[in-house]
Amino acid sequence: MTAHMSLEQLQREMGASVMQPLTPDEQMQQQDTTGRWHGRPMESVAGEFIRPNNRLTAFERLEIYNRQYWFRLQTAFHEDFPGLRAVVGAERFETLMNAYLTAHPSRSFTLRNLGHKLWHWLSQNPDHAGRRLALALDVVRVEWACIEAFDNTGEAPLTIEEVAALGADSRLALQPHVQLLALSYPADDFVLDMHQKQKRESSEAGAKAETFDTEWKPLRLSKHATWMAVHRADMSLYYKRLSREEFQTLVAIQQGHAVSDALEFGFAGSRTSAANRVRLVQQWFTNWAELGWICKPVEELEIQKG
Amino acid sequence: MAANRFNAFQNHGVGIGLRIPHYDHIFEHKPAVDWFEIISENYMVDGGRPLHVLDRIMEQYKVVQHGVSMYFGSAQPPDSEHLRKLKRLVQRTNTPWLSDHLCWGSIDGTYSHDLLPLPYTWEAVEKTAARIREVQDFVEIPVAVENVSSYAEFVDSEMTEWQFLNEVVERADCGILLDVNNIYVSSVNHDFAPMDYVNAIPAERVAQIHIAGHTRYEKYILDTHDHPVIEPVWDLYARAIERCGPTPTLLEWDDRIPEFEEVWAEARKAERYLQPAVSKAHEGQLIGAA
Repeated sequence: MTAHMSLEQLQREMGASVMQPLTPDEQMQQQDTTGRWHGRPMESVAGEFIRPNNRLTAFERLEIYNRQYWFRLQTAFHEDFPGLRAVVGAERFETLMNAYLTAHPSRSFTLRNLGHKLWHWLSQNPDHAGRRLALALDVVRVEWACIEAFDNTGEAPLTIEEVAALGADSRLALQPHVQLLALSYPADDFVLDMHQKQKRESSEAGAKAETFDTEWKPLRLSKHATWMAVHRADMSLYYKRLSREEFQTLVAIQQGHAVSDALEFGFAGSRTSAANRVRLVQQWFTNWAELGWICKPVEELEIQKG
Repeated sequence: MAANRFNAFQNHGVGIGLRIPHYDHIFEHKPAVDWFEIISENYMVDGGRPLHVLDRIMEQYKVVQHGVSMYFGSAQPPDSEHLRKLKRLVQRTNTPWLSDHLCWGSIDGTYSHDLLPLPYTWEAVEKTAARIREVQDFVEIPVAVENVSSYAEFVDSEMTEWQFLNEVVERADCGILLDVNNIYVSSVNHDFAPMDYVNAIPAERVAQIHIAGHTRYEKYILDTHDHPVIEPVWDLYARAIERCGPTPTLLEWDDRIPEFEEVWAEARKAERYLQPAVSKAHEGQLIGAA
């Protein structure tokens, strides 16, 4: 006879069983592989809290949940990172995905945040990316930026008139949905292609990315320093290439520096002539105002909201 | 009976789940749907398209929130950030009631994103009811709990699922979102008579009913929401309406989602059962008035 478990104990046991990685052919492990149950057969572990019926053993009943857990997380991960999959290839992607999800199971009520530690994890576990680590990391950054830009908050932007009236000491903020990226590769076009392809395939077949497998070949993309923003306009995502100077200025604004300091930071090491700098700065601010990227710093907004 | 304090005395008729593939059709054709159910978590975000779409929908339709990760049966306290975001959405949608599942799904801060079944024990009754009360007090609107489909039973269970449901809702003083497809799925998986379940629930607490399709495998049924409703599930629905009166009813179709018109036509089959119940309810009111 098995000992009675408290609700919390039972949930801890079942949770660990359900989240245990599947076998390569997507079945529940026959033996404990986590060490939690000292390598015992999972049939015996399952039998401690699950009752069999006349068709399914306790192991088979638990396995339904074990497989559902992994399929659900894998589906979400596939949807979020089709570009990474295309960079590393389908087979390596599966291993990478399962290792990442084992190391970082969901800690949020929403699957939206599933990949938020992927860049850091992949940089600490470079073998999972093979020989394309730098590109893989860039692609992950772009794909995660898309998630952030999609539903981060949007503050009321400054109007063109308000932007024109700014002084050198003005402190500003960037829209929270604007994601600034400095990349080693021009990964933006590639990620855009992959996301559009995934969207087409989902709407045509209502299915996930199997078709990537047959078409995958190693990606040829040369290193080229790239600065960009992922942002939202009219509820759609856009990518915008930036010059190094524009990027650095925006980063400084985002960090809360006054406009004059931000521009100094932006043009550090730049060979742009003084005359051209004035023209460029006017262009940038007009452009940012049109895109609605510039808003008041959070502290000012909070004071206004009272 | 059907418009009751657990659905804020609303009688919403037949609705369907608001799903992305149908957005364009809804905005273009403005179909005469009584109401939409939204998955709360899809809109518990800070900005962007999800909230924009929701606001547009709310200009023309009634919406009711349905959650998938409050996990009333989790042994540990709810995530306060989750609760705050949920309440913010409740204030935005003015949902007359709010539903989530009678299940658990997270432990030690890790989320399964699944609706895991509970052991039917007195300890689970007490803890689950306490958590429902806590959420209900926080969101300040009626809460209804939904019975889930399950594929496993627990060694420690001390009562039937419907006894467990009844004990929980009584102690929490909350409503029930009665999912008749889930009753059917679990009845096959656990060998009980589904009509016993429908007959045992406290009809006066049923705030809403879910109908859906499922997938039958050799040894069990999986609740996949990717097929039309089968006849035995309609039979359970008919009995539920007979017991509860005309109750807000919603068709769930979440995977391999067909064209809007197909989903809506499937949902409207519920009117076969609802309309006579509505007439009967009116007759009763007229007799009472006379």
